[in-house]
Amino acid sequence: MNLNLSVGLTSYLLVGAMLFSLGLFGVFAKKNIIAVLMSLELMLNAVNINFVAFNRFVWNQQLNGSALLTGQVAALFVIVLAAAEVAVGLALVITIYRTRKSTSVDEFNWLKW
Amino acid sequence: MAGTVVFFIFAIVAVSAAWGVVTSRNIVHSALFLALSFAGVAVLYILMNAEFLAAVQLLIYCGAVAIMVVFAVMLTLRGDVEESSGETKKWLPGAISAVLVFVIVALVILTNQEWRILPSAWLGGGGATDISFLMFSRYMIPFEAAAILLTIALVGAVILAKGVKESK
Amino acid sequence: MQELFNWAWVIPALPLLSFLLIALVTQKAKRLSATISILAILCSFALAVGIDIGVIKAGAEIVEHPVAININWLNIGGLKLDFGTLIDPMNAMMLFVVTLVASMVQIYSVGYMHGDKGWSRYYAYQSLFAMSMLGLVISTNLLELFIFWELVGLCSYLLIGFWYFKASAREAAKKAFMTTRVGDFGLLLGILFLYTKFGTLDFAALQQAMSPEAQGAALAAAGVYITAMAFLLFIGPIGKSGQFPLHVWLPDAMEGPTPVSALIHAATMVVAGVYLVARSYFLFKAADPVALEFVAGLGAFTAIFAASIAIAQDDIKRILAYSTLSQLGYMMFALGVGSLTASMFHLMTHAFFKALMFLGAGSVIHALHEKQNIWDMGGLWKKMPITGWTFFIGVLAISGIPPFAGFWSKDEILAAALENGHPVIYAVGLFTAFLTAFYMSRLFFVAFMGPEKKENHPHESPAWMTVPLLVLAFFSVVGGFVALGKHNFAYYVHYAAPGAEFEPESLNLGLAAVSVIAGVLGMGLAYLTYVRHTIDNVAVAKRFSGIYRLLKNKYYVDEIYLWFIHTIVDGFAKVLYWIDINVVDGIINGLALVTRGSGRGLRRMNTGQMQTYALVFFCAVVVIYLVFAIGEGQLGALNPLAMLGGVR
Repeated sequence: MNLNLSVGLTSYLLVGAMLFSLGLFGVFAKKNIIAVLMSLELMLNAVNINFVAFNRFVWNQQLNGSALLTGQVAALFVIVLAAAEVAVGLALVITIYRTRKSTSVDEFNWLKW
Repeated sequence: MAGTVVFFIFAIVAVSAAWGVVTSRNIVHSALFLALSFAGVAVLYILMNAEFLAAVQLLIYCGAVAIMVVFAVMLTLRGDVEESSGETKKWLPGAISAVLVFVIVALVILTNQEWRILPSAWLGGGGATDISFLMFSRYMIPFEAAAILLTIALVGAVILAKGVKESK
Repeated sequence: MQELFNWAWVIPALPLLSFLLIALVTQKAKRLSATISILAILCSFALAVGIDIGVIKAGAEIVEHPVAININWLNIGGLKLDFGTLIDPMNAMMLFVVTLVASMVQIYSVGYMHGDKGWSRYYAYQSLFAMSMLGLVISTNLLELFIFWELVGLCSYLLIGFWYFKASAREAAKKAFMTTRVGDFGLLLGILFLYTKFGTLDFAALQQAMSPEAQGAALAAAGVYITAMAFLLFIGPIGKSGQFPLHVWLPDAMEGPTPVSALIHAATMVVAGVYLVARSYFLFKAADPVALEFVAGLGAFTAIFAASIAIAQDDIKRILAYSTLSQLGYMMFALGVGSLTASMFHLMTHAFFKALMFLGAGSVIHALHEKQNIWDMGGLWKKMPITGWTFFIGVLAISGIPPFAGFWSKDEILAAALENGHPVIYAVGLFTAFLTAFYMSRLFFVAFMGPEKKENHPHESPAWMTVPLLVLAFFSVVGGFVALGKHNFAYYVHYAAPGAEFEPESLNLGLAAVSVIAGVLGMGLAYLTYVRHTIDNVAVAKRFSGIYRLLKNKYYVDEIYLWFIHTIVDGFAKVLYWIDINVVDGIINGLALVTRGSGRGLRRMNTGQMQTYALVFFCAVVVIYLVFAIGEGQLGALNPLAMLGGVR
C-alpha cells in the first residue's frame, strides 16, 4: 500500500471539521451556559484553521502579490470578534446569574412566550 | 518528515482537548482543556507559516479569553464543581446532528479532487510586517470597524457586569 | 257538442275553484261550503255529460283520433313538457263515472256528515279530490298523469285520516300513503326510463312510436327495455289499485268516513291504476307477452285472494273493501288477457254498484250509531226499506245476475279470458264469482234479514242519503245495457293499434249461463247457511278452524310485513347506525385526534430553550447541506482512504 502520509490541505481541513463538530455538539448538549460559550469558541477556531489553511495552500498558488496573506488577516479579524463576543457574552451571563442565580440552560426558557 | 510528526501530535492534542471541553462534567476542567486546545491550534498555525497569527492566538485566546472564562466560572459557580457542567437531557439529537455534520463535511473534503494539495514552497512572509501592511492598505475600513467594535464591547461589558442601579 | 272538447279543462277546474274558495274563504260558513262544493261537481257532471254526447256524436272518428290540446309548460334544454287535456271515449266514460259518483257522494255526505266538526274541511278535501281525479283522467302525458296520481294519493291520505283524533285513522292514513308510495316509486322509474328512451311522455306520441308499423329507431333501440318499462310502470297500479302484495292499505282505509270509502276506495281512486294500464296499453302490447301475462296472473290471484278473505270477515266495511280488491283483480286480469273493453266496462259498472253498496253500508252505520259488525245487525230490512232494496240491487249486480249491470261486465271478462286462451284464469275467475256471490249475500242476509236485535233502533236515513242510493241503484240496473246494440260500449272503448280493424265480440250464451249459475249457486249457499240455517256456519268454521283462522287474519300478510320491517329494515337501520357512530364519527374523531397528537408533538419544538432552537436550526442546515452535497455530486465517488495528504 502506498500510503502517502504527507500533510496536505485536506488534513488541516479535517482537523477544522472535527473541531467544528465538537463545538457544535457542545453548543447543543451542555447544560452550563459558559460551556456553551466555550464550545462556540471552538467553532470559531475551526473556522480560523480553515482560513489559514486555504491561505497557505490555495491562495499561495494565485500569486496575489501584496494580498498574499488575506486569509491570515481574515483569521485575525475573527479572533478580534471572538474576543469581543466572549467579553460581552460573559458579561451577560453574569447579569443573568445575578437575578436568576443559575447558569443552567434548562432554566432559561423565557423565549417560550 | 518532522513536519508530519509535529502536525499529527498537535492535531491530536487540539482535537482531544476539544473533546475534553465538551465532554467534561467539571467546568473548570473544560476551561483548562479549552486553553490547551487553543495552544494546539497555535502550533498548527506555525506549521502553516502563520507565525504572527500563532502569537496572536496564544496571546488573546489563551491569555485573555480562557482566563476570562475561568473568571466567569468563578463568579457563577454554584454547587458542586464536579457536576457543574453536565449534559442536557436531550443531548442525543445534538450528538447525532454533530456527527452528521462531520460526516458530510468530511466526505465533501475527501472527495474533492481540487483540494488534494501538498505544501509548496512558502514565498511570502508570515510576520507582522506583511499583515500590518495589508491591514493599513487594503483592509483599512475593517480595521477601523474592528477597533470601534472592541470599544463598544468593552463599554458594554463593563456596563452589563456592573449592573444598572435604580438611583434617581 | 264537439266544441265542448275545448272546454274539457273546466271539468277539473271547477272543483279546484271550489276547494280554494272553501279552504281560504268560506271555512266558517258550513252551508255555503257544502253548496259551493256540490254545485261545482254538478256543473262538472253536466259538462261531462255534454262531452259524452259529443263523443257519441263523433262516432268512429274520435276513436281513431282523440282530441288532444296541449300547452307547452316547460322547455328547458332538451326537456319539453306539456300540460293538456285529452278526450277520447275511454276518458269520456271515466269523466261521466267520476263526476256522477262524486256528486252523489257529496250530496249523500250532507246527511251522513251532519254535525261533524270538520264539515268545511271535508268538503274542501272532497273538491280537491274531485279535481285531482278528473285531472288524472284527462291527462295527455305521463308526467301530468303522475302529478295528479300523487295528488289523489294525497287526498286519500287526508280523507282517510279525516278523523285525525283517532289513532287508528292516523295509522291507516300513513299506511295508505306509504304503501302507495312504494308503488309510485316503481311508476316514476318507469316514466323516467320511458323518457330517456323515447324522449317524450305524450300518450299519442308514444303510441305512435310503439306501433308495429312505425319501425321507429326509438322502438328498435329500446327493444328489450320495453318489457322492463312495462313492469316498472305496472308497479304503480299494484300499489294504487291494491294488487297483491301492496293491497294491505285498502282494508285499513275503511277508517275514513264511509262516503269517502265509497268514492275513493271503491269507484274512483283505486281504478286509477287500471286506467293507467289501459292508457299505456300500447306499451304493454309492444312489450314481451310476459308483461301482460304477469298482469293477468297477478290480477287473477288478487281476485281470488281477496274473495277468500272476504268470506271470513265480520265488519261490513271490511267485507266491502276486500270485495273491491277482488273486483280490481278482475279488472286487472281483464287487461292482462287482452280485453281493454271488458276491463273498462267492469270499471264503470263496478263504480255504480260498489259505490251504491258502500253508501248503503254508510246508511246502516249511521242508523245504528256507528255499529259496523254484521253480527250486531239483523232484520234491518223492515225498518230501512230503501236502503235494503238498493243494497239488494247492488248484491245482485255484483253477483252477476242478469239483467243487472254486473252480469254484462263480468261475463265479458270471463269470456275474454277463455277466448284468448287462458283457461286457468277463467277457472279462477269463475270460482271467484261464486265466492263473490256467496260473501255478498252472506252480508246481506246477516245484516238485513233475520231477527232484529233489541238494542238497535234503526230508522230510515234522510232524503239526502236515500236519493243518491236510488240514483246509483238506477245505474246499477241499466248500466249494463250499453253493451247491447250496434254502437255499443265495445264500439267506443277498445284497444286497437292505429289503423287496425276492430270487430266487437258478440255475446256467448253458453259462457253467460255458466257464470250466472255460479252466481246463483253462491247466493243459494249463503241463503241456506244464513237464512235457513241448514248448514251450521259455526260448526263449519270449527271443522276447518285452521283455514278459517288463516282467512280471518287476512293470511297474516300484515304480520309478515311488520316482521319484515322490524327485523330486516330495523336491523339494517341498526347496522347503519353502528356505521355512523363508529366509522363516520370515528373518522372525524380520528382527524381530531391526529390534530391534537401532532400538535402535542410539534409543541416540543417550542421549549423556550435556546439550545433546542439552535438544534432545530442546525438540522435544517444539515438538510440543506445534504441537498447541495448530493445534488452537486460531490459525494459521488467516495474514497475513504483518500488520504489525509492528497493523491497524485
